[in-house]
Amino acid sequence: MPQRDRAGWLPAPTRAIMPAADPAGRPTGLHIRPITMDMHRFANPARFLRILTAILPWSAGASLVLLPLGFYFALIASPPDYQQGETVRIMYVHVPAAWLAMMIYTVMAAASAIALVWRHPVAELTAKAAAPIGATFTAVCLVTGSLWGEPMWGTWWVWDARLTSVLVLLFLYLGYIALVNAFDDPTRGARAGAVLALVGFVNVPIIKFSVDWWNTLHQPASIVRMGGPAIDPRMLVPLFTMAGGFTAFFVTVLIVRVRAELAWRRLRVLRLAEAAD
Amino acid sequence: MSAVVVSFWAVLARDLRLGLRHASDLAMVVTFFVLAAVLFPFGVGPEAALLARIAAGVVWVTALLAAMLSLDRLFHADYEDGSLDQLALSPAPLAVLVLAKAAAHWLTTGLPLIAVAPALGLMLHLDAAGFAPLVLAMLVGTPCLSLFGAIGAALTLGARRGGALVALLVLPLVLPVLIFGVAAVEAAVTGLGARPHLLILGALLAAALPLAPLAAAVALRQALESA
Repeated sequence: MPQRDRAGWLPAPTRAIMPAADPAGRPTGLHIRPITMDMHRFANPARFLRILTAILPWSAGASLVLLPLGFYFALIASPPDYQQGETVRIMYVHVPAAWLAMMIYTVMAAASAIALVWRHPVAELTAKAAAPIGATFTAVCLVTGSLWGEPMWGTWWVWDARLTSVLVLLFLYLGYIALVNAFDDPTRGARAGAVLALVGFVNVPIIKFSVDWWNTLHQPASIVRMGGPAIDPRMLVPLFTMAGGFTAFFVTVLIVRVRAELAWRRLRVLRLAEAAD
Repeated sequence: MSAVVVSFWAVLARDLRLGLRHASDLAMVVTFFVLAAVLFPFGVGPEAALLARIAAGVVWVTALLAAMLSLDRLFHADYEDGSLDQLALSPAPLAVLVLAKAAAHWLTTGLPLIAVAPALGLMLHLDAAGFAPLVLAMLVGTPCLSLFGAIGAALTLGARRGGALVALLVLPLVLPVLIFGVAAVEAAVTGLGARPHLLILGALLAAALPLAPLAAAVALRQALESA
């Protein structure tokens, strides 16, 4: 019998390719276990917490380095746009915030898929923890975009495809947060949220390609397109630095929130056990 | 296979019978539809040109909201009295039974809304060329509302403030239906032809028909196992 560890978990299988045998013990070739089985290694909350705790100082350090660097590049060391002047500098906050908003929803959808397919207990928590961060980045994107739009386009808001899709993304985030918090049993809430996150995931590609599908006021895609980026490298450097800083910031806050969520769950179990006495 | 078909028709017939037994509930949905749409002339003024401009949008949005109102009763009663547990235990896939319930919901909610929509179009001075596209678009679009609504209703079983939450969850998901539904009418009125928009609505329905019941079935099983 395999020994259980201190937390009561069985050891995870670690060999992806093992020799196979028939019931009489004669070797019959190789048994190749699909890579998906190894996901269970991460299902142990204690092990997952150890991995997160190991990553945390790196991501915190990266965000502490990249964010000030990015702001320096954005505000001081990059040139003003020949058309837009100094107001182009809002782009260095607006565009990375938009990228993060969509990336975080993708992370939530992936975590939700893992939670539903493999019944991974911590994946639901990750999706639940990431949602408010994503909602904040979406709000930042909309507000900075509005502030940028006023001097540039002469309007605070316009109902073109991209703005509308990002607004819908904000509502998807808010709906997810509302659903997850609407149940007294947090596990039920997280599971329901997982289904909702996957169902809403169809919106994310629509945002990316909406600029190409409809005639809009918004600037067409100028970074990831055929023929390479269309903006000057001196503007790409602060853009990617800010994007890296935002991502490191997201990872840091996510880890802190997941650990808090796990601690809160443990606390809840203890309180319920105590109340039952 | 025939067990699945028999179960589908059985659940459909049962839900229809239950729905029609309380016909006043259905009338309430249609009355809300008419009342909410009639509020708009009071709000924006009775000028015909303005009303004609917004008629398609008003009819579609109020149909959406009226459909949201009726989603509560899709699973709630069965969840409360235990019939949902029995449905989940049946040999037919739960997704098929969800499809039957959504179909019954559409027949008792969507069809009456479609029947009343031309009258509302008349009152809102909808252009004559817009009536047929409006009815066609609603015929294709309101089943999508029932299907996405089934997902929302299944997700919020047992939640606090379930009614408001269902609308908050489902409305962002049915925005494409609304966009193309209105676009179909607008295109017909301006002479461009509603066919592309109707075809996209058909594509949305074709995608929703197999996928929405699957998602709703997953959500229902979550609700049942944690109850």
